[in-house]
Amino acid sequence: MKQLLILSGKGGTGKTTIASAFIRLATARAYADCDVDAPNLHLVMNWQNEPEKSDYYGLQKAKINQDLCTRCDLCWQKCRYDAITLNDQYRVDPYNCEGCGVCEVLCPAGAITLKPAVAGELILYCEENQVFSTAQLKMGSGTTGLLVTEVKKQMRERAGEVKLAIVDGSPGIGCPVIASLNGADLVLIVAEPSVSGISDMERIIRTAEIFNMQIAVCINKFDTNLENTAVIEAYCAEKGLPFTGKIPFDPEAVRAINHGKTIVEWACPSGSAVKKVYTRTIKLLFDESDKPFTGTPGPGNRK
Amino acid sequence: MNIAVLSGKGGTGKTLIAVNLAAIADSALYIDCDVEEPNGHLFFKPQDIRSEEVAVEIPVVDDTLCSGCRTCVDFCRFNALAYINKRLTVFENICHSCGGCTLFCPENALHEEKKNIGSVEKGFSSGVTVYSGILNTGEASGIPIIKRLLSISRADHPGLCLIDCPPGSACIVMETIRDADYCILVAEPTLFGVHNLNLVYELVRLFNKPFGVVLNKCFEGEENPSEQFCLAKGINILGRLVFDSELGVINSKALIAVREINRYKVQFSSLLTRVLKEAQYEAVVNP
Repeated sequence: MKQLLILSGKGGTGKTTIASAFIRLATARAYADCDVDAPNLHLVMNWQNEPEKSDYYGLQKAKINQDLCTRCDLCWQKCRYDAITLNDQYRVDPYNCEGCGVCEVLCPAGAITLKPAVAGELILYCEENQVFSTAQLKMGSGTTGLLVTEVKKQMRERAGEVKLAIVDGSPGIGCPVIASLNGADLVLIVAEPSVSGISDMERIIRTAEIFNMQIAVCINKFDTNLENTAVIEAYCAEKGLPFTGKIPFDPEAVRAINHGKTIVEWACPSGSAVKKVYTRTIKLLFDESDKPFTGTPGPGNRK
Repeated sequence: MNIAVLSGKGGTGKTLIAVNLAAIADSALYIDCDVEEPNGHLFFKPQDIRSEEVAVEIPVVDDTLCSGCRTCVDFCRFNALAYINKRLTVFENICHSCGGCTLFCPENALHEEKKNIGSVEKGFSSGVTVYSGILNTGEASGIPIIKRLLSISRADHPGLCLIDCPPGSACIVMETIRDADYCILVAEPTLFGVHNLNLVYELVRLFNKPFGVVLNKCFEGEENPSEQFCLAKGINILGRLVFDSELGVINSKALIAVREINRYKVQFSSLLTRVLKEAQYEAVVNP
C-alpha cells in the first residue's frame, strides 16, 4: 500500500477539498480523515450505509476516592498539569489530567486510581471494495496523536491489499500531524499564496523534513496573489521539492462542497485544474517507489 | 477583558478578525496562541521584540547510578523510557514531563534537565502590544507555550486583550479559552464551515462562555449554511463580512486592513463596539 498524506500547515487552504477530489479521481479503495479534531471529509463522501462506531479510549484519568483522601496535599504539589483542584475537596480536572499516574503512586492513602476514559469515537465506513476510516475526538480531549494512529491502523487493517491509500491530514505541525506522518510514502503540501500561507508552509515542510518524509507541493487559490505564487514556486525550485501544480480560486468549489460534491463531480475550473495536480502527484508517488527510501518517521504515539 | 477568537475549521479568518480588532482598539493586547502556525506577528511586524525560551523538563539518566531495576520504565505510561542493551534510553519526543520517573527512581539515577520547545515573543506595533508563541518544528505539544503566554500576558495588561486561538476543539483550544470572558466564533459559509462551527459552539457551551458568531467570506445572494445554523440555534450574529477580493489581497500580503483603508476601519470599529457591548452585557448575565 502506497500512502499519500495531504497536509498544509495553515488551516483552510483546501486539504479536504483536494483530498476528496483525489479520492474520486483514484476511486480509492482506502482513505482516511486524520483531522480528528474537526473532521469534514465524510461530508462530501456521501456514504449511504451506517458506519461502524467504536469508543476510543485515550490515556486513563485519575480519580480521587473522597472517603479515603486524607488531604495530605501531595497530589496537588506534584501534579505538573495543574489537574488537581482544591475547593472543598481535592478533585481531578479531567481536561487537564494527562493520565501520567504520578498521583496514584504517590498517594499514601491509596485514594487515587487511574480509570479508563472515552476520548473519542472511531468511525469506519466499509463496503466490499472500499474502506473509509475517520474519527471524532471528544470535545476538549487531549490524545489527538494516538487517535490519529488508531484511524490509520483501522484503515490499514480493514483495507487489506490495496495499491493506494489517501489520507487527509490536520492543520498545524504538532502531535496529530506528526502521528499522521508515520507510514506515509509521500506528503502533498497544499500551499496558499499569502504571507501567512508561505510562513506556515515553510514550517510544515521543516517538520516533514525532520521525519525524513518525501514532500511535494501544490498551490491552491494561486490567482489570489500571483506574486506570492511565484515566491512559492521559486522556494520549491530552490529546495528541489517537486511542484505538482496550481489550482485557481473558484467560487464554484464552494457551491460543489455545499451540495455535498467533490470539485471533480461539478463542472468548475478548480475541478479541471485538480486533475493535473492529481496525475503528477500520483506519478510521483509510484515512480519514486523503486528508489531506496529511508523515511521512517519516529514518534507516532505521543498523546 | 479577554476576548478569544476561535473556529473549529482553519482558515476561516480568526487572525484577520483578531488582528484587526486589536489594531482598531485603543492600546489593546494581541496574543497569538496558534503556536504551531503563528501568523499574527506577520501582520503586526512588532518592534522592540523581547524573546523568551520556553522549556520542559526531560529526564536524564546517570548510567553509573542506574541499577537496571526498570521502575521508571514500568511506571511511564507514555512509553518514553526503555531499558535496552543494559542501558536506559529516554525518548524525549514522547516524554510528557510528568516527573514520575525521576521521583520514583530508587537509586536517584535520574535528574531533569530543561529542553527548549519554543519561545514567547513580545513586541509593539502602533499602540498594540503583540505576544506570539512559537513552537519549534518537530515538537509535539505547544501547551506549555500557551500556558506561558497566557500567564505573562495576564500579568501585563488589565485592558482589552484579543486571543487568537489555534484551530480545532482539542485540549490546546480549551487551554486558550479557559480565561476568556467572551468568545468570537468565526465561521465560513460552507458545509465544512458549519460542521466545524457546531464543534466550537459545543465547546464554548461546555465551558459556559458567552459568545457570538462572525460570518466571514459571505457571498451575496448565496446560501450560507453557517448563517442558517445560527438562526436555527438562536445564536447571536455579531457581524457579516462579505467576500471581498480587495480584503483578500490586503490579507494575503499580511497587511492590516484597518490601517490601510478607511472603509475597513469603519467596519471593524462597529464590530468591536458590538462585541464589547455584548461582552459586558453577557458578563452581567453570566458573571
